[in-house]
Amino acid sequence: MTTQTQTPAYVVTTQTKASQITAVAACALLAALVLLPFVAGRGLIQDLFFVLTMLVLAQFWNLLAGYGGMVSIGQQAFVGMGAYAMFGGVILAGIDPIPAILLGGVAALIVAIPTAFFAFRLQGPYFAIGTWVIAEVMRLIMAQTQSLGGGTGTSLPRAATREMWATEWIAELFDVRNSAARDILTYWLALALAAASIAAIYALLRSKPGLALSAVRDNPEAAKSVGVDAGRMKWVVFLSSAFGTGLAGALIYVQKARISPDAAFSVTDWTAYVLFIVIIGGIGTIEGPIIGVIIFFLLQSLLADFGSWYLFTLGIIGILVMLIAPRGLWGLITDKTGIQLFPVRRRLSGGTQDTSDT
Amino acid sequence: MSLLTTTGLTAHYGDFQALFGVDIALNEGETIAIIGANGAGKTTLMRSISGVLQNGPEMITLSGQPIGGLSADQILPLGLAMVPEGRRLFPSLSVEENLLIGTYGRKVDGYWSLEAIYDLFPILAERRNNPGTALSGGQQQMVAIGRALMSNPKVLLCDEISLGLAPVVIKDIYAAVPKIQASGASLIVVEQDIGQAMKVADRVYCMMEGRVTLEGTPDSFSRNDIHAAYFGVSA
Repeated sequence: MTTQTQTPAYVVTTQTKASQITAVAACALLAALVLLPFVAGRGLIQDLFFVLTMLVLAQFWNLLAGYGGMVSIGQQAFVGMGAYAMFGGVILAGIDPIPAILLGGVAALIVAIPTAFFAFRLQGPYFAIGTWVIAEVMRLIMAQTQSLGGGTGTSLPRAATREMWATEWIAELFDVRNSAARDILTYWLALALAAASIAAIYALLRSKPGLALSAVRDNPEAAKSVGVDAGRMKWVVFLSSAFGTGLAGALIYVQKARISPDAAFSVTDWTAYVLFIVIIGGIGTIEGPIIGVIIFFLLQSLLADFGSWYLFTLGIIGILVMLIAPRGLWGLITDKTGIQLFPVRRRLSGGTQDTSDT
Repeated sequence: MSLLTTTGLTAHYGDFQALFGVDIALNEGETIAIIGANGAGKTTLMRSISGVLQNGPEMITLSGQPIGGLSADQILPLGLAMVPEGRRLFPSLSVEENLLIGTYGRKVDGYWSLEAIYDLFPILAERRNNPGTALSGGQQQMVAIGRALMSNPKVLLCDEISLGLAPVVIKDIYAAVPKIQASGASLIVVEQDIGQAMKVADRVYCMMEGRVTLEGTPDSFSRNDIHAAYFGVSA
């Protein structure tokens, strides 16, 4: 063992063979998805838009709960505020819907600051309930905002959606009608947002602050004693999660083109489903939400005709997964195969160490 | 001038006062031991110095700089690291990540690096990819010590590093102390195991009920002195 000091050729890395293959496969998949509208019909593009936006919401909830240890059930606050800010930008300020999506992210970020201020005083289940209450308050406030339709909601002005950036160009390129071009545009934006979210979260987790984040989740006091500013890490995670969720919310409502407070602040649509996706896929992993959203979409398509039985089934599956595989399906897969597509664990390679990796 | 001092240090938990004017001084390159029975205030003293508890700014100084009012994450970068009581490893991190995170708040070149830690505790190199909590108590203690050393601290606080470990394991852990001393770090060792503490310390402080009751070099006092300072009664 003493030979180690003579050969200091150690390199700390998170890369594995599987992760290198993933990187190549991800680029190929991304390219294929970008080109998909050339061959796919409008129905598939709309379905994929739904899958991609749910994936973004799931990744950010997973960042918050799975990595940051903050189990929020109030993410609909940021979906709703993002969506309403986009509507406000279009209706009240006459901005094009596409740049107004950014406004949605910024608005979610801004409302997240007072939200965090209150919610961070609460721990565990109280934090969860607190975030939900705050989201309800925002729903009630938006229901009182008559300029954006009040309780019954409103639609994007026809002129704004018709003349939306790039739609004319896409309509010509694909030789489709304006409404189909809008679907393609929002699909591309959802794809870009999903890819950017995963890349950004992965980069965060591989960086040194990512390590600090895990430490804070495990033991805030011990994290402080190694020099981690635990409070600041919580703020960073909460605000970035709100920003991403707000962008996704705004994008979802550009595509829907119609908003109401009950829909935009729906705890079922924007938090319960998202929780389901993350939990069955595997909380605390980047792969988990990806698997989860695919399963969620398949279940939704299969059970579409069964009404409330659909929700019933989701609930049972969720409970079974929690009991049988608490780390989700991806947890089962890694336990069996050891594969990690997005490894964040730092390993030492090189040197004269000959022990096997366990 | 001493590297670290506490002057009239008081600490409270709500209405309960745990420390009543504690004065200690640690000189450069020195190891001091703080002994005392349960509830004497040893851990409160460590928590105050490391910044887990906040005190009056001037009550604690490090290299002449007042640090009493700073929090743990502000103190670590100044060169003071703690091996906390109960080890407090991060369960979701591997052994190696537990060590690497030791450099989070303070990354300075010095004697201690991953290689140096693995040299000090070779068993950790073998277990480096295991989750931190999958180790035995003694190995976890080694990780906790290594994690604190990774920041190359000027002062290392060791709070009850023998707690809950078998005697043979305690011997292994304490075998590392002279190497840590040789690296130039100054140590404050808090112990209930007086024997171990006396062996490694240059000076000893004995505490009772939140006060220092005895101070001196290990060979300067008798068994009876310690007994009186420890329990408040003569043997």
